[in-house]
Amino acid sequence: MSLAADLLAGVITGFTRVVTGAQARWIGCGPTAIQRIYFANHTSHADFALIWASLPGDLRVRTRPVAGADYWEKGRVRRYFIHEVLHAVLIERAGTTRTRDPIETIVAALEPGDSLIVFPEGTRNVSDEMLLPFKSGIYRVACRRPDVELVPVWMENLGRVLPKGEVIPVPLLCSINFGTPMRLVPGEEKQAFLGRARQALLDLAAAARPQ
Amino acid sequence: MTPYQKHTLLLTGGIFAVLIIASVVGWALKLRLAPERPHSVIDNLNARVKAWWLMVVVIGLALLAGKGGVIVLFAFASFTALREYATLVPTRRADHWVLLLCFFFFIPFQYFLIWIEWYGLYSILIPVYAFLVLPMIAAVRGDVRNFMQRSATIQWGLMITVYCLSYVPALLTLNIPGYA
Repeated sequence: MSLAADLLAGVITGFTRVVTGAQARWIGCGPTAIQRIYFANHTSHADFALIWASLPGDLRVRTRPVAGADYWEKGRVRRYFIHEVLHAVLIERAGTTRTRDPIETIVAALEPGDSLIVFPEGTRNVSDEMLLPFKSGIYRVACRRPDVELVPVWMENLGRVLPKGEVIPVPLLCSINFGTPMRLVPGEEKQAFLGRARQALLDLAAAARPQ
Repeated sequence: MTPYQKHTLLLTGGIFAVLIIASVVGWALKLRLAPERPHSVIDNLNARVKAWWLMVVVIGLALLAGKGGVIVLFAFASFTALREYATLVPTRRADHWVLLLCFFFFIPFQYFLIWIEWYGLYSILIPVYAFLVLPMIAAVRGDVRNFMQRSATIQWGLMITVYCLSYVPALLTLNIPGYA
């Protein structure tokens, strides 16, 4: 990691904290240094930055976001950002043209003990739905690595701070909530697991909202 | 001593006297009724008294710094108030530019107009121009869902958190004989 990229990462996390005023709320688990897969709702590019900003420094360096190669490999700025600053794991989303199975890529990235951030909706949610249906990837990763715990992360308001396609953020207040870790139950079917994971995130959202 | 100095002294003295009495009462209550254990009413009262101390000190410092200090303080108050407000009201993606304008144009420009004392413009900047321009910008984005509701919510938020608040520092520009 170069010094410039380090500095940039610091600037981004600091900036995100100031703009969103977000405090991390560890509702279902603590910020402990064990291997985890954080799965979160995805509404904005700032999602990466906010999860990152709310992790303690020692966890942050061992936590890598999973992102779509088709989007992030376009252009020098994006490439620098995703590789040097975020150290992302890039996966190829388009099924027809890909040369490498994304599940293999993700499982390989878990090998050295790093934690991952995934967005199981697969893309940024711009609909009026709270949460899009989950892609099956998280289930397939859980099958391969049932020992790694899955932590739901709900981020409130970020999609309004920096919606898809916008450049300047509006300084609204956000919150980031970490829920109770879950695991694949032995013999659990795909649909059942995906439904359970999605419901865990929705429940967390309901718990995080002021009544 | 001019009447102006006399009144200022009386006001500041009065405020400090009230605060000191309140602090002493709160401290005595705590000592008599709930020493070394939490008591929701007394602790709440004491927290409020402390908050008033802070407010008095901050506003006092701003007043000492002069017109600029007061304007900066209230611009910041507007910013945080609008931030809280906009966080709670339902806006849509199409309102993004509108919100950006509110935060990064109307707050600074309104307080700048008060700084240069252009009464003719600062008295109508938000109730006329912002009210006309903001719904237009929202409409250009093509999302008509709850359009009237969204426009009205943002307009009134801006009115209360920026326009109304900005009239406090604007009071400083009033020309009262003997209090220049």
